[in-house]
This record gives sequence, structure tokens and C-alpha cells, in this order.
Amino acid sequence: MKFLEHRAKEILFRYGIPIPKGEVVETAARAAAAAESLGNRVVLKAQIPAGGRGRAGGIKFALGPEDARAKAEALFKTRLITPQTGKQGLPIRSILVEEAVSFRSEFYIGAAVDRSQGRIVLLASPRGGIEIEETARTKPDAVFREEIDPFVGLLPYQARRLAFALGLTGESQTQAAAIITGVARAFLQNDASVIEINPLALTDEGRLLALDAKVVLDDNALFRHPDFRPPADDPDADPAEAAAARVGLNYVRLGGDIGCLVNGAGLAMATADQIQAAGGRPADFLDIGGGVSEDAVREGFKIVVSDPGVRAVLINVFGGIVRCDLVARGLIGATKETGARVPFVVRFQGTNAAEGRALLAASGLAYEPAETMGEAAKKAVAAARGGSRS
Amino acid sequence: MSILIGADSRILVQGFTGKEGTFHSTRMIEYGTRIVGGVSPGKGGRVHLDLPVFNSVAEARAATEADVSVLFVPPFAAADAIMEAAAAGIRLIVGITEGIPVLDMIRVKKFLSGTNSLFLGPNTPGVISPGRAKVGIMPGPIHRPGRIGIMSRSGTLTYEAVWQISDAGLGQSTAVGIGGDPVTGLSFVDLLELFRADPETEAIVMIGEIGGTAEDDASAVIRNGYPKPVFAYIAGLTSPPGRRMGHAGAIIEGGTGRAENKAGILAEAGAVVIPLPSEIGTTVSAYFKRNDPS
Repeated sequence: MKFLEHRAKEILFRYGIPIPKGEVVETAARAAAAAESLGNRVVLKAQIPAGGRGRAGGIKFALGPEDARAKAEALFKTRLITPQTGKQGLPIRSILVEEAVSFRSEFYIGAAVDRSQGRIVLLASPRGGIEIEETARTKPDAVFREEIDPFVGLLPYQARRLAFALGLTGESQTQAAAIITGVARAFLQNDASVIEINPLALTDEGRLLALDAKVVLDDNALFRHPDFRPPADDPDADPAEAAAARVGLNYVRLGGDIGCLVNGAGLAMATADQIQAAGGRPADFLDIGGGVSEDAVREGFKIVVSDPGVRAVLINVFGGIVRCDLVARGLIGATKETGARVPFVVRFQGTNAAEGRALLAASGLAYEPAETMGEAAKKAVAAARGGSRS
Repeated sequence: MSILIGADSRILVQGFTGKEGTFHSTRMIEYGTRIVGGVSPGKGGRVHLDLPVFNSVAEARAATEADVSVLFVPPFAAADAIMEAAAAGIRLIVGITEGIPVLDMIRVKKFLSGTNSLFLGPNTPGVISPGRAKVGIMPGPIHRPGRIGIMSRSGTLTYEAVWQISDAGLGQSTAVGIGGDPVTGLSFVDLLELFRADPETEAIVMIGEIGGTAEDDASAVIRNGYPKPVFAYIAGLTSPPGRRMGHAGAIIEGGTGRAENKAGILAEAGAVVIPLPSEIGTTVSAYFKRNDPS
């Protein structure tokens, strides 16, 4: 679960990390009022759940309330397109208005899971304002690391070592060590997978301030953080993805014309690859998972064909715990309900594959059977080319 | 021979009396696996599936001499169950559970580094040595005893690979899932070392996917001169960056973990990269026909 910048800052603030004074607004009038109370020189920051905002025009400086109002109005009318948003971009529903800060230098502080080593690493660099991956590539000597012990946390000497490595002395060294300790505590106590402060600025007055922040929590740990449950109705969520999530399925839109319904994440990714290799374009990734019910299969099929771009559907099920006969019943139910006229190809293997095929054959449904993944993909591509929705 | 488990493995089921534990224990026993008992705290002393139930792993191990345990324990309790098994001296712990918090796995890894226990998973279908023992949830009948070692980050895609290899007239020495989570116990690198030492395994099939560096790490072992052919298929060429594709660990982050990069590194290290999932069986069997006309 990824937080918007202002929520990430609120979380870090609770761990003693200093943030600029600011206010979240949803109208241009409120932006003007915020600029007035914050002392005229402000930054307007579009709150979207994606990075790369600065270059995309999502961060604006404003002088005075009228300037803030005009710039906020323009931002609210924009869809922000960054390398992380996709081509359609994202609407700007809220803006963080913050006091503008003059600073002498920028640092990077972050914590993340090192998947390969299975540990948590705290990273610090004197090169702030740049992506840490880029610094690690171009100037690896400028990235300092300490492991956060998952049982005891980051120890004070480790925080001091990093603060000194940043080249800080005196009061700002002490302050940096406290910020680093705060990041480590926030990481462990909230089951984070990523926390970043970039940049951490050293202001003209000699104070450290988190100018931007990112917090991502581990979805699998949300059960022990009930305060962080995502809102039930995210207005920006893809409707098909939201519908799938409601019935416990995992759907990712891929934008092509061949709908996919597969059991298992690996097999679903492989099925999409197989379709592309056969000259087609997968419309989606839909993993019906291991313990799926007939109802969930029915809902899943309906979600797949709800995509108006879908011209054929490929069902690839390798029965393990999931029985092919149960999937067949779900499919028959779905096509009866929706009357979907999209051609579909069914490949069943594994547990109760023969029973599943027999059920489909007896149902009178028009479909193309296939023995292998390769055959199924070819037939689906041919069906998508020839077929038209009626 | 096989790796990790064999006909003489003595297996304990943690979460034995629950719905999942009961269902899969029954299948494992039907396959001929030697299940020696189970652990369900608070239900010690009962008999379930004609086998003894214990309150703790230590108690169960003392009574049954189990050396392997398999977990059907819900995510919130799984880390504790794994550490309990390790503390009791279980040699191999297999975690089927999906949805364990990453931080719990990091703690488990740290805890296990002070023991002699191996951990497989989590979010794995388990491990099977065809004809000898099945410790997990995979469908038994698609497997055939043979000489190919299979290791994978996936469930059903592993079944697909197994089925293709059996269909091509070859079989498996051992098929192992390392799990689809970001932080796993045994890695591809660990399994390559086990397969290296296993005389029965003549070739390895690796089923990778987007996210992380497990395949990149494996390629370093292959590059240093691995004595057996390694075939690799990497799923997710069509997966968009930044999206989690079903598995918690299947996500392209900050430009790392792309399928094409992994395939490239593996090919360059000397693995045979299989471009399409439908060609796993035919590629491996063609290799054996070329190199082993008998």
C-alpha cells in the first residue's frame, strides 16, 4: 500500500522527522487561503500516487495567495502524466501547499528490503534529490548502508555512523542521527517495504527538513495495522481491477484484445507471454488463484469480458487444488448470465480436466478446446482476428 | 537419490487438523509419503487421519523422529511455527502458507541463520520426489520419476513444466518450488548446489519470473562452470513495470527484475533460455535426444 506524499509525511512526523509546514487542499480557494497563512512563498505539490511529478509539471512555486489560486486552478484541471502513471495520466484531486524553504544542500535517507539477502537496509547519501538507484550506479561510493536488525532495530552507533558519513557535524549531525533512527523505527513498527526521504534538506537556518517522502507498506501485513486499511472506494481505481479485488481475484489490465483467465500467477504471466508470441495482445492478467469457488470463476469471466476491447478469451487452467470441472461450471454459469458472444478457447489440464471438458461439451456452448498452451494461444489469436462482438 | 526429501523422510504436518492440513495430508499419504504425525497446539493427544497429534513440534519430534515439517498455518501464525520447528531441530521446513508479512520472513531468516534448519518457501507448492515422497500441494499424478531437477518460483506454472517434461517421456528427480514471495528461504542458488551434488539429476529446469534477483544470482553460479545443463524459462515478458502480478514478489521495481534482462543474463552465463512456456518439454527432450541417443 502506497501513501500519498502528505500521508507519508504525517506518518514520519510521528517518528520525530521534521517536515515543512503545510496544508492539503482540494480547491483553488483553499490553496489561496493556505498560501496566506503559510507566509506567501509556497510550493504547490500535486498529490498523486506516482513518482516523477516534478518533471511532469506537478510541482509549482507560488508567490502570494492570488498566484497560488491561479496555479492550483490550473493543476486541478490537469491530468498528470509521469513515467509511472501510464499514458492516460492521473487526475489531481488534492494539492499539498507547503511553505517554500531555502536550503544549502540535499541528502537522501531511505530504508528498503534487500530481497536477495533477505534483510532490511538503511541507505543514506549526500546526493539528495536524485534517485538512489542512479547514485548507486554512477557514484556507488556516495551510498552508505547499515543493516536494520529485524529484532533489535537500528542501533544508535549505526545512526551516528551514517550521519557522519553524510559529512554533517555538530547540531545537524545529531539531528540527522535522530531522523535516521526515526526512519528505522517507522519501518519496523509499520511493516514498511519502502521508506524514502528525498530530499532531506539542510535549510539556510541549519535545520534538516524532509521535503519529500515516500512510504509503502507491505500489503500482507495490513492485518496488523487496521488504521491503514485502504479506502473502500478509490475514485481513481480501475473499475475492473476494483471489481476483481472485491471477489478476491487479482486482475491487471494489459490493454490488448485477448482476455485471459488463468489459475496461478506464474501461469497467468506465461499465458500472456504465449499470446504475445503468437502475434496477439493480452488484454489482462487474471489469476483466479488456488482456492477459487464457482462463483469467483463466474465473476472473473464477467470481469474479463467487461473490457470493451476484448475480442476473444483464453481460459488456461492447470488443475491442482482447483478442479477443472468447477471452472467449467463457473464458465457455463457466466455465459448463461451475460450471454457473452465473445469467442473463447479453453485449455484444461490436471485435476478433473476430462470432467471439465465433458461438462463444456455437454453444455452446448460454442468454444474452441485446446490441449496445450501453444495451441490455445494460436486459436485465441485467430479467434480475435476473425471474431467480432455481436 | 533426490534432493531435500526421499522415501525415508519422516514428515510432520504443522496445522494438521485444520481444513487445509487435513485435505493435503490425506493426498500426501495417498501418494505414499511417510507422514508420522502432526502438530495442532491444544489438540495434543488426539488421533487424526490415524496419526498422533501433538501440542508442540519438540514433543512431536521426540515421539516420531520427524526430520521434515510442512506448514499449513495461517499467515499471522506462520513465522512462529517456522521458528518453533527450527528450534526443535527439524532439518527441512516447508512453508506452504501464502501471505506471510515480509518482515516476519526477515526475522525467520535471521533466526534460522543460528540453526541447522533449511526453510523452503513461503508461498510454495512444496517439494516432490516422484514415486518417493510428496511434501506439498502439487497434483501427484502428473509427475514421473526421472533425471530432471525442476526449481520454480511458481505453482501452476511448475505443474505445467512437470507435465510437459513427463509428456516428453522424461521425468523428474525432484521438483521444488522456492515460493513467490519477495524474501524466500532456500534460493535458486542453494538448489543449484544441491542438484549439483545429486547423481540422479542430469539437468535442471529453472522457472523464473519478473521481480527480484533470484535468477541473476543463479546465473553467477552457472557462469562459474556448472557441471549440468540448466534450462530456464522466465515468465512476465508482457508484465508492466510497477504492477504486482499475483505473487507478492512478482513486480518490476526501479528498472530491476525485468524478464528480458534475466533471460539475457542467464543466456550469457551459459543457460539454455527457453523463450516460450509451451516449449519447455520439447526443448529439454530435444537436448537429450541430441546428446544421449541411447
